[in-house]
Amino acid sequence: MVAQKAFPDLAETSVLSVPGAHCAGCMSKIERGLAEVAGVQGARVNLTSRTVTITHDASLDEHQLVGELAKIGFESKRRPRSVEKPYSAIKPLLGPLAVAAFAAMNIMLLSVSVWSGAEGSTRQMFHFISALIALPAVAYAGQPFFKSAWGALKHGRTNMDVPISIGVIIACGLSVYEVVVGGEHAWFDSALMLLAFLLAGRVLDAMMRDRARSAVDSLLGQAADGALVIREDAAPEWIAADDLQPGMVMRVAAGERLAADGAILNGSSRFDQSLLTGESKPIASHIGDMVLAGTLNLDAPVDVEVSHAGRDTTLAEIARLMEASTQNRSRYVRIADRAARLYAPAVHTLAAVAVVGWLVAGATLYQALVIGVAVLIITCPCALGLAVPVAQVVASGSLLRAGIMVKDGSALERLANVDRALFDKTGTLTLGQPVPDTATLDALSADEAAVALGLATHSRHPISRALSDALMARGVAAASIEGAGEQSGVGVSGAWNGLAVSLRRPESASSMGVGLEIEGYPTRLIPFADRLRDDANEALAQLGKLGIASSILSGDNPEAVAQVARETGLTGQAGASPADKQDAIARLQNSGRNVLMVGDGLNDGPALAAANASMAPGSASDVGMQAADFVFVQGAFASVPRAIRASRATMAVVKQNFVLAIGYNCLAVPLALLGYVTPLVAAAAMSLSSLIVVGNSLRLVRAAR
Amino acid sequence: MTGLLILIPLALVLGLIGLGAFFWAMRNGQFDDPDGAAARILIDDEDRPE
Repeated sequence: MVAQKAFPDLAETSVLSVPGAHCAGCMSKIERGLAEVAGVQGARVNLTSRTVTITHDASLDEHQLVGELAKIGFESKRRPRSVEKPYSAIKPLLGPLAVAAFAAMNIMLLSVSVWSGAEGSTRQMFHFISALIALPAVAYAGQPFFKSAWGALKHGRTNMDVPISIGVIIACGLSVYEVVVGGEHAWFDSALMLLAFLLAGRVLDAMMRDRARSAVDSLLGQAADGALVIREDAAPEWIAADDLQPGMVMRVAAGERLAADGAILNGSSRFDQSLLTGESKPIASHIGDMVLAGTLNLDAPVDVEVSHAGRDTTLAEIARLMEASTQNRSRYVRIADRAARLYAPAVHTLAAVAVVGWLVAGATLYQALVIGVAVLIITCPCALGLAVPVAQVVASGSLLRAGIMVKDGSALERLANVDRALFDKTGTLTLGQPVPDTATLDALSADEAAVALGLATHSRHPISRALSDALMARGVAAASIEGAGEQSGVGVSGAWNGLAVSLRRPESASSMGVGLEIEGYPTRLIPFADRLRDDANEALAQLGKLGIASSILSGDNPEAVAQVARETGLTGQAGASPADKQDAIARLQNSGRNVLMVGDGLNDGPALAAANASMAPGSASDVGMQAADFVFVQGAFASVPRAIRASRATMAVVKQNFVLAIGYNCLAVPLALLGYVTPLVAAAAMSLSSLIVVGNSLRLVRAAR
Repeated sequence: MTGLLILIPLALVLGLIGLGAFFWAMRNGQFDDPDGAAARILIDDEDRPE
């Protein structure tokens, strides 16, 4: 930041996400490495949001910075525009929480002396000081509740904030009256303690959502964010996806995703459309063929003339379908608000009845009102306000440690009710990327494996990368290859101990695979295929035990779906378009089922948004991850039943919390009705019930086991 | 009684200073990167050029 001020005209600030940064070593490596790059004035890593903020000259652009970070050894991505300025839910609540806590503690100090017997002018002075602290503090710290309550009342609804606001305002009003007339009881401590407890609950809730969101944001940005545009009169230039125009010619290297729809001008290659359609088999396209944004170029560089860019692409069409279905889900009413619908009117009726009852019994108006207010304060839903957020925060923390990110508290409630699960095939039930056949790798001799790894590391082609990952995972050490060179569309070749060696595309284009040729050895063909996730069958069996029926809903061709259906023993629907998937979910919902959708692709986006609850693997497309309620980052498919078990346990604890909180009210309300509740009793009861609820929620620490 | 006259304002002033410090820290971005702040202490920056 300092550097930015020192060079106001020259400096630009870029924010890149660095998902790989996770420790102090990474931070210093990135910051020092970038500081050595010419043109970079400063870099600062934010470990919480996994981003690096770089101040640099205008001569560098974000694309070059991504390249520099890759040299340092960190994969980085430009952040999509929408998440450039992340909204934090915590910030607006921290101030009110600090003020409420400060005021509550100071007033408690004064209240304790009043309770222990301060009398006369001392008590009056203490009450007066309390009022001086409390009134501005309530006016500031109560705002989040007052605003929300007012918003609900304006629309003729009620939520938990309505009884809270009424309780706090009435307690303050009565206390001010007591201060003015020199009365015995002031309730300022109760009002502020209530605000402090509830704000603490909300900050916890916001913390959970912020953490999940930043974790998801750091995974975003896998789709192409731009393209290398070639022009006749100028050098190739990197242009961001939003600025691409129809008519531009972009050069797409093998292994890159297309940033816009268009027609091939030059070259031919095969394209992986699984992100768009779920179809796993690569499509061969030649000069003149249309190719779509979001597809992956597999074999050779091609030049593509852009026909549709930005909002006109097939990609954008799917995004529009999704927006429509997200609105459906917002109709879900959270359990706390459902409870408030019953709770608020009941409490307010009770207070009114108390006032009328005491008047009829012959009390003065003042006495009757004090008792009514005591009822309102004692029933103020302090523990009730903590019942849901604390349980959900503890459970989401536990899920986060297990590699499952909960993006929204209400998602746990919705997931607990699920009784039907639909799975996408490519990338969800299967790994979504071709992996080399295990039996063939087992059969390779040590030399062959070492040469294959040596060659594969010289290419960025997806097949080569999958091969080198698989070989490295087996502990193979790479052989050194002399004069290695990649010939795009054909393969990698070089020399090993004086023998000509190469990894090349097999002659028959029908199957995916790679041929390993070593002079003097027989040629080895290593087939590649998309494989079922290791623990898929076990996880599906666990889902069955939880009473959830599963089936496959895929956009892929019937043969591919049939094979996975055989392996998993599920029924499946093949060839489903994004709209078909949405329809299938709507049909199940209309027959009264609560549907869980698990999917990863762009084509699953609308279905993920339409389902009652949704999950996506961490390898999913941006759209998939944004639409899903849960993102599981570890490859383990067992996350699905685990999340369901955790959400059911959470709901059980939430219901216990409600019983505890309401049970406390049942005990305290008769005391209040009889006029025995003093500020001391209210403060003690409120703290005790909150502690019990928090303690009960902490049992969820191991919910995700 | 005179003790109270000194001690109560003193307690309040000290409390307010704490509250003020918290607000300063919040505005100053001290809570932007809690994980990073925890890790930064471990960076061994003896050979840093500055």
